[in-house]
Amino acid sequence: MDRLFLLASTLCFLLAVVRSVWSIRAGVFRPGQFNFVAIFAGFILQTAFLWMRGQAVGRCPLTNLFEVFAFFAWSVALIYMLVGPAYRLSLMGAFTAPLVLAIQVFALTFLSDQPSVARKLVNPWLEFHASMSIVAYGAFALACVAGLMYLLQERQLKTRQLHSTFHHLPPLTNLYAAIIRLLWLGFGLYTAGLVAGFFTGEPLPVVKMSFAIAVWVFYGIILQGRYLFRLAPRQVATLCVIAFTTAVSVLWGITFVAEKLPT
Amino acid sequence: MNLFCVGLSHRTASVETRERYVGKPEIERLLREQSGCAETLLLSTCNRVEVYGVAEPPVANETIRGCLIAADENSEDATAFYRFEGEHCVQHLFRVASGLDSMVVGETEVLGQVKQAYENARQSGAAGPYLHRLFQRAFRVSKQVRTNTDITRGAVSVGSVAVELAVKIFGDLSSRKVLVLGAGETSERTARALASRGVTDLRVTNRSADRAQNLASVVNGRAIAFEHWENECREIDILISSTAADEPLLTRDLLAPILRERWDRPLFIIDIAVPRDVAPDVNELEGVFLYDIDSLQAIAAQSLAQRHLQIAAGEQIIAEHVSDFGTWLRRGSTATRSTADILHQPIAEGPLRTSQS
Repeated sequence: MDRLFLLASTLCFLLAVVRSVWSIRAGVFRPGQFNFVAIFAGFILQTAFLWMRGQAVGRCPLTNLFEVFAFFAWSVALIYMLVGPAYRLSLMGAFTAPLVLAIQVFALTFLSDQPSVARKLVNPWLEFHASMSIVAYGAFALACVAGLMYLLQERQLKTRQLHSTFHHLPPLTNLYAAIIRLLWLGFGLYTAGLVAGFFTGEPLPVVKMSFAIAVWVFYGIILQGRYLFRLAPRQVATLCVIAFTTAVSVLWGITFVAEKLPT
Repeated sequence: MNLFCVGLSHRTASVETRERYVGKPEIERLLREQSGCAETLLLSTCNRVEVYGVAEPPVANETIRGCLIAADENSEDATAFYRFEGEHCVQHLFRVASGLDSMVVGETEVLGQVKQAYENARQSGAAGPYLHRLFQRAFRVSKQVRTNTDITRGAVSVGSVAVELAVKIFGDLSSRKVLVLGAGETSERTARALASRGVTDLRVTNRSADRAQNLASVVNGRAIAFEHWENECREIDILISSTAADEPLLTRDLLAPILRERWDRPLFIIDIAVPRDVAPDVNELEGVFLYDIDSLQAIAAQSLAQRHLQIAAGEQIIAEHVSDFGTWLRRGSTATRSTADILHQPIAEGPLRTSQS
C-alpha cells in the first residue's frame, strides 16, 4: 500500500521532467512555479511513504536498500525545497527532478523490498548516523546538480555559444556560492552522521567505515582545497560532480554486496 | 462605427518625411473638431506618427494628414501614409504595442509610449469607449506576447550584450569593479550601460590623461594613470578595452601571474578595439571570459534572429485577440445607434475570450 505513495511521487517527478524537457526543446522554458509545485507534491508523497513505512517497521525506514534509496530521493527533494527557491535557482528543479526520478525508478524497478526482520531494540545512534548521512548525500547531490549547472553555464560563456538554457541558468557567481553552501551543509551533516556512527555500540564494518572516512576527507579536501590548492570555481564544480557520482556508485556497491552477503 | 488608424512609420517613411509630421496633444482636439471624429488618439514616437480614431462617416486620409503637418509638405508624403480599418486597425495596434512592428523587434520602449499616448487621450477626453476598450486590450495582448514568447529575449546591441554577459557572470553588479582602458565612444557607451545596471566603481585610464579625466567625469568614475592599468587588473572584475594600440596590450604571459593571485574570481574582458587589445589566447586562461567586438556583435545578431523567429508565435496570440475583438467591434458597429448614443452608454464589459483562458 505504501509503495503506491512512492509510485505517485515518481509520477510527479516524471511530470516535472517531461514538462521541462518539452519546454526546453521547444524553446519556451519559463522559470515558473510548475517544477516547484510538481516536486513539492512528489516530496509530500515521498514523506507519506516514509511515514507509513516507518510506522510499519517501527523505526526510521532504512531497513533495506529499497528504503535507503527512497530516503535518499526524499533527502534530495528536501534539500532542493530548502535551497532551490531560496537562491532563486529556477532551473535547478529541471535538473533535480530527473535525479530524483532516476533514483526512485531504480529503487522501484531493481531493488528488492523484502520486509526486513525487525530488530528488537531501536538504536537511536544508529538511526541518527544513517539518516544524517543520507540527508548529507542529498546535499551533496544538490551540490553536484549545481556543479553541473555551473559547468554548463561556464562552457557557454567560455565558448560564446549561448543556447536557450543560457538565459535561464543563474549567474556563475550565484551558482558557485550555492555549491559552496551546499558543500558545507552536506559536510556538516555528514560529519555529524559519521561521529554518531562511533556511538552506536555496534561493531563497525571496516570497509564501510573506511569508505565513510574517505568520502569525508574527499569533501573536506574540496572545501579546503579552494585555499590550499587554489582551486578555481570550475575545478570545484567538477570535483563536486566527480565526488558525488563516485561516492554514490561505491556506496551502492558496498551496500549491495553487504546486503547479499550472509550475515 | 468606423475604427481606423492613419499614419506613417519607419517602414514607409524616411526620417526626413517623419519629422515633417509632429504629434502634439492638441491635434487630438483639432481632429475631432475638423474631421468629426468621435474619438481620437495620437501616437507619436521617433519611429511613427499615427492617429487612431473612431468616426462615422469615415474620415479621409488627407484630413488627418492636414492636421498632422508641421512643416512644408512634400508631394511624395502622401504615399508614405498607410490606413488600417476595423480588424486590420486592431491587429496593427496590437502588433505595435507588442513590439512586432518596431525597428528592433521586441523592444519594450514602444509599450510605454503607447501607454503614455492613451493616458494623454484619456485625460483630455479625446478617447472614448471604443478606444478605451481597444487600448486596454492592446496592453493585455502586449503583456501576453512578451510573457509567452521569447520576443524580448537577449540583448541586441553591443553595450547591452556586454551588460547581459556581465550579469550572467557576476549576478549583482553593484559591488563590481570596472576598468575602462581607452576613452573611446564605444567604451563610454558600454561603461554607461554597466553603470545603469548598478556599477559604481568605474576606473578610467587612457594614454591621454585629459581624455581619461573627461570620460571619468562623464561616467562618474575616477581616472587612473595609464602606467598603472596592469596593477588594476588584480582588483577589477570587468575590463573594457578600446585603445588604438597596434599590438595587443594584454597577453597571456602578462595576465597569467595576475590571475594566480585572484584564482577564485572571474575576470570578464570586453575588447572592443580594432585591432584587438587583448590576445585571443587569453580566453583559454582559467576564469577569464574574453569577448571581442565580433563575438559581441554575433551574439546581438543571434538574439535579433531569435526574436524574429518568435514573431510567428506573437502573431498567433494577436490573431486570437483580433478575432475576439473584431466580434465585439462588429456587434457595436452594426447597431443602429448614433455615435452620441454609444458614447453615453457604457459598453458591456462581458468576459472576453483570450488565448490564455
